[in-house]
Amino acid sequence: MNVHVAGSDVETRTLAIVGELKGLEGPLLPILHEIQAEFGYVPQESLPVIARELNLSRAEVHGVVTFYHDYRDHPTGRHVLKLCRAEACQSMGGDAVAERIKALLGIDFHQTTTDGAMTLEPVYCLGLCSCAPAAMLDGEVHGRIDAGLAQELIAEARR
Amino acid sequence: MTARIYIPRDAAALALGADRVAKALAREVEARGLDVTIVRNGSRGMHWLEPLVEVETAEGRIAYGPVKPSDVPSLIDAGLTEGASHPLCLGRTEDIPFLKNQTRLTFARCGVIDPVSLDDYKAHGGLKGLQTAIAMTPANVVKQVTDSGLRGRGGAGFPTGIKWKTVLDAPGPQKYIVCNADEGDSGTFADRMIMEGDPFVLIEGMAIAGLATGATKGYVYTRSEYPHAIAVMSEAVAVARAAGVLGPSVLGSGKAFDMEIRTGAGAYVCGEETALLNSLEGKRGVVRAKPPLPALQGFLGRPTVVNNVISLASVPIIMDKGADYYRDFGMGRSRGTIPIQIAGNVKHGGLYETAFGLTLGEIVDEIGGGTASGRPVRAVQVGGPLGAYFPRALFDTPFDYEAFAARDGLIGHAGITVFDDTVDMLKQARFAMEFCAVESCGKCTPCRIGSTRGVETADNIARGIEPEKNRELLTDLCNTMKFGSLCALGGFTPYPVMSAMTHFPEDFSPAPVAEAAE
Repeated sequence: MNVHVAGSDVETRTLAIVGELKGLEGPLLPILHEIQAEFGYVPQESLPVIARELNLSRAEVHGVVTFYHDYRDHPTGRHVLKLCRAEACQSMGGDAVAERIKALLGIDFHQTTTDGAMTLEPVYCLGLCSCAPAAMLDGEVHGRIDAGLAQELIAEARR
Repeated sequence: MTARIYIPRDAAALALGADRVAKALAREVEARGLDVTIVRNGSRGMHWLEPLVEVETAEGRIAYGPVKPSDVPSLIDAGLTEGASHPLCLGRTEDIPFLKNQTRLTFARCGVIDPVSLDDYKAHGGLKGLQTAIAMTPANVVKQVTDSGLRGRGGAGFPTGIKWKTVLDAPGPQKYIVCNADEGDSGTFADRMIMEGDPFVLIEGMAIAGLATGATKGYVYTRSEYPHAIAVMSEAVAVARAAGVLGPSVLGSGKAFDMEIRTGAGAYVCGEETALLNSLEGKRGVVRAKPPLPALQGFLGRPTVVNNVISLASVPIIMDKGADYYRDFGMGRSRGTIPIQIAGNVKHGGLYETAFGLTLGEIVDEIGGGTASGRPVRAVQVGGPLGAYFPRALFDTPFDYEAFAARDGLIGHAGITVFDDTVDMLKQARFAMEFCAVESCGKCTPCRIGSTRGVETADNIARGIEPEKNRELLTDLCNTMKFGSLCALGGFTPYPVMSAMTHFPEDFSPAPVAEAAE
């Protein structure tokens, strides 16, 4: 599981990422993606560093981080299960599958299981609408999810 | 002779186990000491047959599917490498009716070639459009695209050539081509499939757009939900750069064009072009008021072409075969072909590229084969979460921008989501409002507040609280959102809501809640 890292370390590593990417046109999103890849979330301590290096206000950086669904302000569980909630998946019983998964994990969307194994997140479309319901587990895609497959995925992730 | 076996790397195929099939095949091939090359191609778009395994033979490719890892030993025993018969054998891929009846122009190579092999791309007609464009003046390239009748495939249907002309005529030392690959509509996956199956056609289309308008830099803005597409595009851009297709002198023309792949961060509204530009600049994905047009003041305030993936990917064939060739397909003012994406509760889901003009009924019942559940089709949503729900009574509507608009719908990015008779249309209308509330950028009041009030009003109807009054209120709210919102998110959310209420009124008159027993 990701653990919170010390503030000064965050600053050093943030500075390195910003230094590498600040030459891009419109560098803020690439920087935030890289920071989330590095730490597993976007630490509060990295925001003032980004603001200073890009000559932005802290409010502007905060605004961007909180606008986008992808950026997290805290670590996730060891695995992240993204479940599609959009129309095509609804048409194939996605809502029932979502309820089943929530019951199996004992959590709601945006929550992490108490053993830190799994974070459940909603997603609006993975582009797998012809093999719905669809899900993504740690970047791997799965189609035609039913109760059985959901159980398998969860068991595999917990192992 | 080495046998060539194709197993897709397309995300839909992967979601159904293509990687496991490829691994099983590689293992079996090694154990038996067979001479086999495994090519990871894109998808042919017949997703109910995925993972679809193909083998090259003298008679053409022979298809097998859907293949499970456990099928691999028996396939090899039967003679897979020679294209021999097997219970999973589907015959020649090209003869499968779903594929045979299509008109594949934009998707001609998708599922056929190795997506990241430039040699394969060239062997299948790739780069001819770009070579033609290099030999022409920019104004003539723009004219050819205009004459082809190509309209924006992202949904708005704006003539692509006119947009390009505005950018060509705009003064400015730096112009941009921005490809909108933020394909967030449920029921659509054409952009994803082309990026994963034939990325060079998009690169070629963007390079042509650059030469035609004087833009030297391009960006593909795609979704973080598409990691496979991002990986293939990034690899293809590197290959194209190394081969001189991109760079300071495109194919030795002396003209520069290069591009980058950028990733969004999970905001649906960034599919709206001005929100996308803000996001690309590193700002919140808030919609900009128009004017100024992005064509004049787009990325970083400079002249910018913002085109959808499919619009740009359709340009190479227009430059190669000519404007007339492309324009001769289609009907009315909808010219050329459209990759229809058939999704949801449907038997034969996938991508079907065809000329405009098929009726909705033909697409859903004949091509799609009805529902996957075997129950009757009750509603289809056309054009993503902002598209209208159509009942069977409107299945005679031809697939054409104007014909759908005339029936208070839109074709959008050409995704069709099928629902069987278990669907609750009040719930779908509520979801449209909920989705708008979650994804609203917050800049304009009708969208930001209206969507939340819409959810509450739908809930009140469901609870049987003054249903007549609340239906009127919901209609009024939809009018405010439609005419008062800054962009299509708030402006088009009324389409699914109003169409559900108009065509399925029975779902909006729930039986009054029974009084508690006394």
